Amino acid sequence: MEHDPKGAGGGPGEPQEEFSIAHSNALIPLLVVFSLIVGVVLASIIFAGPAGHGEGMADKRAYTPKDFVEVFGKDEALVGLEDGADGGPHKLFMVPRPPFTSDSIFPCMDCHETMDPNPTRRKLVDEHDTIVLTHDSEHRWCLDCHDLKDRNMLHLSSGELVDFTESYRLCGQCHGTQYRDWRSGIHGKRTGYWAGAKRYLLCVHCHNPHSPRFAPLTPLPAPVRPQLLRESHLASAVAAPAVAPAKEPMKPTDDKAAHGDSTGHGAGKETP
Amino acid sequence: MNALKLIVPALQHAFRGGTAFKVWVAGLLCMMAWGGAAYYDQLTTGLIVTNMRDQVSWAFYIGNFTFLVGVAAAAVVLVIPAYIYGWKPIKEVVILGEILAISAIVMCLMFVVADMGRPERGWHLIPVIGKMNFPRAILAWDVLVLNLYLVLNVVIVSHLLYRGIQGRPYNPNLVVPLVLLSVPAAVGIHTVTAFIYAGMAARPYWNASILAPRFLCSAFCSGPAIMLILFQILQRTTKIAIKDEAIWKVAELMAYAMFLNLFLLGAELFKEYYSRTEHLLHFQYLFSGLHGHSALVPYAWAFVFCGIAAFLIFLFPATRRNVVTLNVGCLLIYASVYIEKGMGLVMPAMTPDTLGEVYEYTPTLHELRIGAAIFSTGFLVFTLLCKVAIPILTGEFAAKGSPASQAAAH
Amino acid sequence: MSCPTGPLPLEPGEETVTPEELSRRDFLTGVGLAAAGYLAACTPEAREAYFAKHFLELNAEEVQLRMARLKEDHKTRYHREVTVSAAPPKPGVEFGYALDLSRCIGCRRCVYACVKENNQSRDPQVQWIRVLEMEKKGGIDFEAANPYYAHEKVPDPDHFYLPVACQQCRNPPCTRVCPVGATWQEADGIVVIDYDWCIGCRCCMAACPYGARHFNWADPVVPADELNTNLHVLGNRVRPRGVVEKCTFCIQRVREGRYPACVEICPVGARKFGNLLDTESEISRILREKRVFVLKAELKTEPKFYYFYGI
Repeated sequence: MEHDPKGAGGGPGEPQEEFSIAHSNALIPLLVVFSLIVGVVLASIIFAGPAGHGEGMADKRAYTPKDFVEVFGKDEALVGLEDGADGGPHKLFMVPRPPFTSDSIFPCMDCHETMDPNPTRRKLVDEHDTIVLTHDSEHRWCLDCHDLKDRNMLHLSSGELVDFTESYRLCGQCHGTQYRDWRSGIHGKRTGYWAGAKRYLLCVHCHNPHSPRFAPLTPLPAPVRPQLLRESHLASAVAAPAVAPAKEPMKPTDDKAAHGDSTGHGAGKETP
Repeated sequence: MNALKLIVPALQHAFRGGTAFKVWVAGLLCMMAWGGAAYYDQLTTGLIVTNMRDQVSWAFYIGNFTFLVGVAAAAVVLVIPAYIYGWKPIKEVVILGEILAISAIVMCLMFVVADMGRPERGWHLIPVIGKMNFPRAILAWDVLVLNLYLVLNVVIVSHLLYRGIQGRPYNPNLVVPLVLLSVPAAVGIHTVTAFIYAGMAARPYWNASILAPRFLCSAFCSGPAIMLILFQILQRTTKIAIKDEAIWKVAELMAYAMFLNLFLLGAELFKEYYSRTEHLLHFQYLFSGLHGHSALVPYAWAFVFCGIAAFLIFLFPATRRNVVTLNVGCLLIYASVYIEKGMGLVMPAMTPDTLGEVYEYTPTLHELRIGAAIFSTGFLVFTLLCKVAIPILTGEFAAKGSPASQAAAH
Repeated sequence: MSCPTGPLPLEPGEETVTPEELSRRDFLTGVGLAAAGYLAACTPEAREAYFAKHFLELNAEEVQLRMARLKEDHKTRYHREVTVSAAPPKPGVEFGYALDLSRCIGCRRCVYACVKENNQSRDPQVQWIRVLEMEKKGGIDFEAANPYYAHEKVPDPDHFYLPVACQQCRNPPCTRVCPVGATWQEADGIVVIDYDWCIGCRCCMAACPYGARHFNWADPVVPADELNTNLHVLGNRVRPRGVVEKCTFCIQRVREGRYPACVEICPVGARKFGNLLDTESEISRILREKRVFVLKAELKTEPKFYYFYGI
């Protein structure tokens, strides 16, 4: 609006008398209306406030848990959970059995009972020869962890014997940070209830103690590129108009996703 | 009852015309049918018929919407001088500007509806019945101001026309306040539309305070550019008298607006290119391409050069008064702003997307057809309204319908 | 302009109804009848569903009606018995999530577990989790991110992986921009969408800095035998075409106290979840003991989804 008076007055050779600001009184209501609108807009946006926690709308919710007693009160999962949520008796921690290479290999003393313990560091040839030790193999060997006399047990550096189900205490001797993190749930995997019964895994469930590095995995298919979304949709719509073909639950492979990468069709980011 | 007697012939007149008129209307209807069929496809299979994807979730429709919001401002540029300075030559074309605004808003609303995934749930937007997220959501504001602006223009235009048919002068107590209100409303539709974009911190290309001023400036160019061409067509094909001074004055205003537009663009380009933050990516995609994706680059430079050329044409009195250069300038401005405020506003903001992916969008035939249908509808609305308005403005109806004053014509 | 409903013969002997007017009347009447006919032809359920109120405005009884309707819907479409819950937030709970970037190997197990758990469309593909591969030497740089990596084995030695889903912001830009208030933050911090209220304008998608919102570009396809039948009204019920959907921290699971599906599937235990208000929860311990960061912190969206380096 600023430039209008300029424009009106500035045209060379225009008939000036036609532009007398005779009606400029009209500017006053105009500006008043405009500032009012701007004021109201700004005020309402500013005072609508930083959408803080809860967003205001959450306060307007038309129900609370007690509104739904008849719906949720009899939910058994919830009942058990309520007990476990505050650390009550239902706060269970379940740990699966340690992962032995075969069921028959434990207890070790079934075989070792009759054998003379040999504390000499050596390469195993008769039995256990498939075990590859890549766990600081320069400094360690079997009997640094396995107990010489009671092969059913492991031993700490103090000599204290620990069961295979408590192997984490042995691991924790060197890997203190990971041990502490694992105990507080930061390291490792927990499943079950976030505030109730949980299932833990031992260190050895993910890390083979003889070769602890996490084995690489084959990734599941890349997403379908946006350029191919319609093609793949129309193709499948033709193939199965009513119900889509059943796919294997964990591998809903879409071939297009895979070769979408190699064709580099149109856009999409190239691997840097 | 009397009103009916006056309005019916006006309506009849709207649908009557020569061969050229019939061909034009038939053509528009064909486009509407063709695009309507595309829209039917989109309604029944979903927006997958477009090339919009999660990466680029707004595109052709919203780009056109934004551009047309700008066109709707045309009325303002004409209203301000006409009513504030009581300048006669423009006054008679104000009503045409308002008819254009009505058509543009109709197209805007249609583009928004075309972009919606669930258009049948549109009633959720209606306050009280639905649940409008007001005042927090700028889109809710936009719906309000767009409709307010539409209603204002419809009221003004129908009052002027009605009085025109009766051969009576319009009621200034009604028209002047409404016209004055339509000025902030027009500024409002731009500002609010710009705020939809400018408020999104996720999109650095939009998240600039300069966006709203840029919107206003480009709107003050694009709307009048269309008007000027229309005026010349109307000058030749109808009896309406549009004085050359009016056209030159509008052209001069456009030169200033275009200068401001280019200046603000330059200011933004300086900031981004000099500081070279990650925000620059979007400008690079627009002006030089990114990771080998450069579909927008020619258009980007086209809008810059068209804008500069048009500014120069409208700056010098000699070129803005020459019919040929004037029209070239109008076309250049139209092209410039259409690119800049259409796809040039939406695409770079979405590319690369918020996670850095470059998905190069181009509209599908379905989108183009639907767009064409919407533009045809807008043209049809404009044509028919003009068909009614022009004889009223020139006093044909007044003379025929009643012996009352001829003054109503103006 | 003119209203054709009045008594039209105005004066005796004067016929004011022109043929055009007649056809216009017929047309208007036709449209009216068609609209009325359409509504009448709809089943009462469909009509009721169409005119249903916003989720937050439903009373307890209406919530149950909606649950029943969803149950019926899924039964008709998938021939499966489903349970539909509308479990509200629990007091004293604010959910938080943490992801250990030094553990994630980019195997995408979480992506597909999420798809299955939350009944995302298989085709057109919708995936709420996007795993970005970035160069180790480049650090977190979205411009250099690649979601389409297809290595034989992961992790690739030169890259690290950054899975991104809804960051469950405390200050969510998406809910602010929704013109119909179809998306909001619940008291336990989960940002949800009323899929029966969303108009599909995709404003929230433009406003989300994390690409966490996904649109149903066509009718979602979920194989009936893969349907997860444990549903939540605001969560994993199958979405209609033309609405936006997003991660809800597996609202159907976490409101029952269970971990989200992505936490449970993660083979390396990189994903951690819990109650931020419980000082002894895993998530609280992580915030205390590790140095965490959030994505795009400069936007002040204040996510409840944290990233950290466990080692």
